[in-house]
Amino acid sequence: MSHVELQHITKNFPGVTALEDVSFDVKDGEFFVLLGPTGAGKTTTLRAIAGLEHQDAGSILFDGELMDNVTPSDRDVALVFQQYSLYPTMSVFDNLAFPLRSPLRRTSVEEIRKKVEETAEILHISHLLKRKTAHLSGGEMQRVSIGRAIVRSPRVFLMDEPLSNLDAKLREALRVELQHLQKTQGSTTLFVTHDQIEALTMADRIGVLNEGKLIQVGTPEDIYDRPSTTFIAQLVGSPRINLYNAQQQDGTITICDSDIHMPAPKDGKLPADFQVGLRPEDVDLDPNGIFSGQLVLAEPLGVETILHIQSNKCTLLSIVPGISTYHLGDLLKFNIAYEHIHYFGLNGDRFKS
Amino acid sequence: MSTIELRQVEKKFGDLHAVKPLDLTIQDGEFIVLLGPSGCGKTTTLRMISGLETVSGGTIWLNGRNVTWLHPSARDIAFVFQFYALYPHLTVWRNIAFPLQAQGESRETVDKRVTEVAQLLRIEHLLGAHPGQLSGGDQQRVALARALVRRPAAFLMDEPLGALDADFRESMRSEIKRLHVLQHATTVYVTHDQIEAMAMGDRIVVMSEAAIQQIGTPSDVYNDPSNLFVARFIGSPGMNLVPGKYADRVVQMAGLDNRYAVPQGWHTALNKGLDGGSDIVVGFRPEAAQINDRGSLVGKVYASEMQGSSAVLHLTINENEIIHIRTDRLIPYPIDTLIHFDINPQMVRFFNPKTEAAIKPEVAQ
Amino acid sequence: MASFEETGPRTPVVEPTRVDKVHPRAKLGKSFRVILTLIVTFIMIIPVLVMIMTAFKSRADIVTPPPKVLFHPTLEGFLYLFTDRSLFSPSNLEAARANPGNLDYWQKLALSVGQKINGPSDYVGRLKNSVIIAGTSTILSVILGLFAAYAFSRFKIAGKDDLLFFILSTRMLPGVVVTIPLFLLYKQLGWNDTHIGMIILYTVFNLSFSVWLLKGFIDEIPIEYEEAALVDGYTRLQAFFKIVLPQAVNGIAATTVFCLIFAWNEYAFALMLTSQKARTAPPSIATMLGSGGLEWSAIAAGSLGFLIPVAIVTFVLRDYLLRGVTFGAVRK
Ligand SMILES: Nc1ncnc2c1ncn2[C@@H]1O[C@H](COP(=O)(O)OP(=O)(O)OP(=O)(O)O)[C@@H](O)[C@H]1O
Ligand SMILES: Nc1ncnc2c1ncn2[C@@H]1O[C@H](COP(=O)(O)OP(=O)(O)OP(=O)(O)O)[C@@H](O)[C@H]1O
Ligand SMILES: [Mg+2]
Ligand SMILES: [Mg+2]
Repeated sequence: MSHVELQHITKNFPGVTALEDVSFDVKDGEFFVLLGPTGAGKTTTLRAIAGLEHQDAGSILFDGELMDNVTPSDRDVALVFQQYSLYPTMSVFDNLAFPLRSPLRRTSVEEIRKKVEETAEILHISHLLKRKTAHLSGGEMQRVSIGRAIVRSPRVFLMDEPLSNLDAKLREALRVELQHLQKTQGSTTLFVTHDQIEALTMADRIGVLNEGKLIQVGTPEDIYDRPSTTFIAQLVGSPRINLYNAQQQDGTITICDSDIHMPAPKDGKLPADFQVGLRPEDVDLDPNGIFSGQLVLAEPLGVETILHIQSNKCTLLSIVPGISTYHLGDLLKFNIAYEHIHYFGLNGDRFKS
Repeated sequence: MSTIELRQVEKKFGDLHAVKPLDLTIQDGEFIVLLGPSGCGKTTTLRMISGLETVSGGTIWLNGRNVTWLHPSARDIAFVFQFYALYPHLTVWRNIAFPLQAQGESRETVDKRVTEVAQLLRIEHLLGAHPGQLSGGDQQRVALARALVRRPAAFLMDEPLGALDADFRESMRSEIKRLHVLQHATTVYVTHDQIEAMAMGDRIVVMSEAAIQQIGTPSDVYNDPSNLFVARFIGSPGMNLVPGKYADRVVQMAGLDNRYAVPQGWHTALNKGLDGGSDIVVGFRPEAAQINDRGSLVGKVYASEMQGSSAVLHLTINENEIIHIRTDRLIPYPIDTLIHFDINPQMVRFFNPKTEAAIKPEVAQ
Repeated sequence: MASFEETGPRTPVVEPTRVDKVHPRAKLGKSFRVILTLIVTFIMIIPVLVMIMTAFKSRADIVTPPPKVLFHPTLEGFLYLFTDRSLFSPSNLEAARANPGNLDYWQKLALSVGQKINGPSDYVGRLKNSVIIAGTSTILSVILGLFAAYAFSRFKIAGKDDLLFFILSTRMLPGVVVTIPLFLLYKQLGWNDTHIGMIILYTVFNLSFSVWLLKGFIDEIPIEYEEAALVDGYTRLQAFFKIVLPQAVNGIAATTVFCLIFAWNEYAFALMLTSQKARTAPPSIATMLGSGGLEWSAIAAGSLGFLIPVAIVTFVLRDYLLRGVTFGAVRK
């Protein structure tokens, strides 16, 4: 396994800059997730690391070794695609054996059999080895493609949204298995997704990419608790963060022109106009709360209920555990956890505190 | 506005029984969600209600009228498709006005109703645009507007959010629900996403393998699933379902020597529900597990997931079973740590593995 | 909210007219479609039936009006087709008929129409020419087309669109327009009436078609497969043989059949550019002369025999073709 480093990567396509001065590194044994909306440049990054795409500027290093002129086959990376990753004309066994049969590796028949069987064991697909890949379910297919990556212990795993075409239950199950596998095998993994929950749940560290630029790198806690821009604050977390325009006067903050007023933090120097972000879990229902609003919508999800509370012109989302028994139109009192409020400038950047 | 009743409605495509005979009564103004995995017959059921598909048996009643063989256009029902099906060569205004113009409404009425519905959906500024220039979410709003403008007796929606990005889905979901709260039009909504179903439905019809598994409020299907399928399907992650042997008021679970003492009030029910057998499935939601150093149950950490405001721990309790429990996200748990926990006695459920059905407690809990 | 108990359908309601009772009508519609298909198929197949019947008719049966549907089948047509014969003089005929003892079936058949067999006819050689020329040119155009199509599909090539258009444009002129220049060209090269000349001609003619068709098929094979193979440690050529080729079999089969059909049936060029050594079957069938004008049973027998090889190839490849001829439209 290896340490992967990207230095100032820029990649242009006719008419678009897919990547602009992107630098980050994936440490040995780390599970790094690149998170970003569609068109952010996630796939382009992976392809550049695999050598399938050549960057216009910058360098890629594996363990300090320059990779820029190394062909894809010699980089020794494994790639798992979102779809189309299994060779449809081969059996599952042959698919798993394919990387081992490469002329670069010259593995003996006996060893191939052993390794394929071991891999199949780990992924619970031993019973499928003889099947043609066309007859597998979506989840089984994705297991086999992950198998094809781990069968040969490459220097780094690159995964391009491998779970996004699966149904919700399978995605949950594979998410857990993938994470367990990565932790127990200690493999260096770069995982690409546009799904914030996948990023939060699996990553050791997350890199957020938007329009070709890397805007924040950090642990899931960093990204969730200290998003560096409103874009990231809205990207992660479900239900979505409450985001309001706010004014400050004489140490009192007013949000969305309503009668929700709160004290400004003592240490920070806030301008007159800015934005505040409020996670739904930081809007606490409390019979003695100092704010109040009307319940306009309740969305019971089972483990928790999302409440939409209308207070003047402000709609706040709040979550309460379990399935709530409030009725629409009820007047609800609540408090706001001031210490968890996020402050952003009008340009969307977080104020340092 | 209207009630919908299906009586023994079924559909066969050649040898394939796509929908087995089902009964369903939808009250006036109710928001009903048909929920189930792919291919379970949701769309087919919806299409039979709309008249786009004929029934192979049974009758459909709309507002007390038998409409089983009535042409779709005569049923006064609006259908919203997964793919918006907007006319690309018409402006948004004309797309929305189209059904009214088809009914030969006067120019003023059309104008008034289009403006109203555009305000409701906050798309007034888009009325002059063509569908191709709109984002997916806006296109879906226009499609909704086109359905709303007719003021039909009922709405049928087939995965209207299926083609949208995840964060868009979340906000469109609450928009549609708010619209329903305002208008109270009878709505049948199809989805395979259980979160959407829970969040939106007044009642949820859980389907699987062409048959109804349970009909109930979100709280019913979440807290009291009628069988193993519903227990597994609802919730993210689903209910933990651990097989074991029941004897002497104790369930012996396979694997890590877990002995679970059944709470008071279940014993007679279990003896009856198991029909004298001893095989049992213990079910509990991830949030029902309470981590406690002296807990009677134990599992080994397999993986842990930070999910934003909370976290989920995945524990192995034997080779095959992984269970999920909700925890405080700030505590890290390395792989293979032993975790002791108890199950909140109010929140435990039992199932008979042979019939897959839930066992009803003696007294209402 | 009103429930059904109060207002519901249990109160008597007037049954609406059934405007959309589909089952009986759908069934009727289906059988109607089947019958229509059968009728159309029958009309289309009549010429083939007539040809098959004619091939087994005797000379007399062929010309009797109205055409006979029931007749004594005979292999006379095949005799005329495959053998070179001469007439017996009346005296020899008597002698031969008196003593038919050691003649084989074909000689007896010839004897019955008053002829004797001198040896095989030219047709046998022409059939052989057809096999060599059509077969070789088909293989060549598919192989060359496959590589060209792969390159067009996968690589950045300067002026790719213009090149593709140029390749297609070679098919825009009707064949007859180029026969005269070709004839003169081939005369200069000494390629008239040679196998090599015909093979090259057909190959070039089919190539544009096979490049376009195969490019369509290769475009449909996701490039991810090859990229996965590259990352797995294979070269591009190895990836081509191990990954692309197996997935392109449908397209290759369809292309093969189309090229073969063209080369096998080609008539105009063969008529102009071949005479003896490299003459193929189509022009020779049409000009099959018997003692009294065109020998219809021989022509029919020749056509029948000529049809069979293509029919067999098509039949063998039918599984691939079914998916291939839809040009990828129904492939997953
Ligand atoms: N081969 C290419 N030619 C031209 N433009 C390209 C090419 N590949 C990518 N792009 C452009 O580069 C940008 C980044 O694309 P990329 O595929 O990396 O995005 P992504 O983050 O993977 O998005 P998605 O989530 O949709 O997969 C996009 O604007 C895309 O249109
Ligand atoms: N017109 C048809 N002809 C034949 N079979 C059909 C037809 N329509 C649906 N089916 C079959 O009927 C079954 C139920 O299909 P249906 O479309 O109702 O499923 P669904 O629950 O809507 O699934 P999904 O979530 O994938 O949309 C499936 O097995 C499907 O293949
Ligand atoms: Mg991508
Ligand atoms: Mg459907």
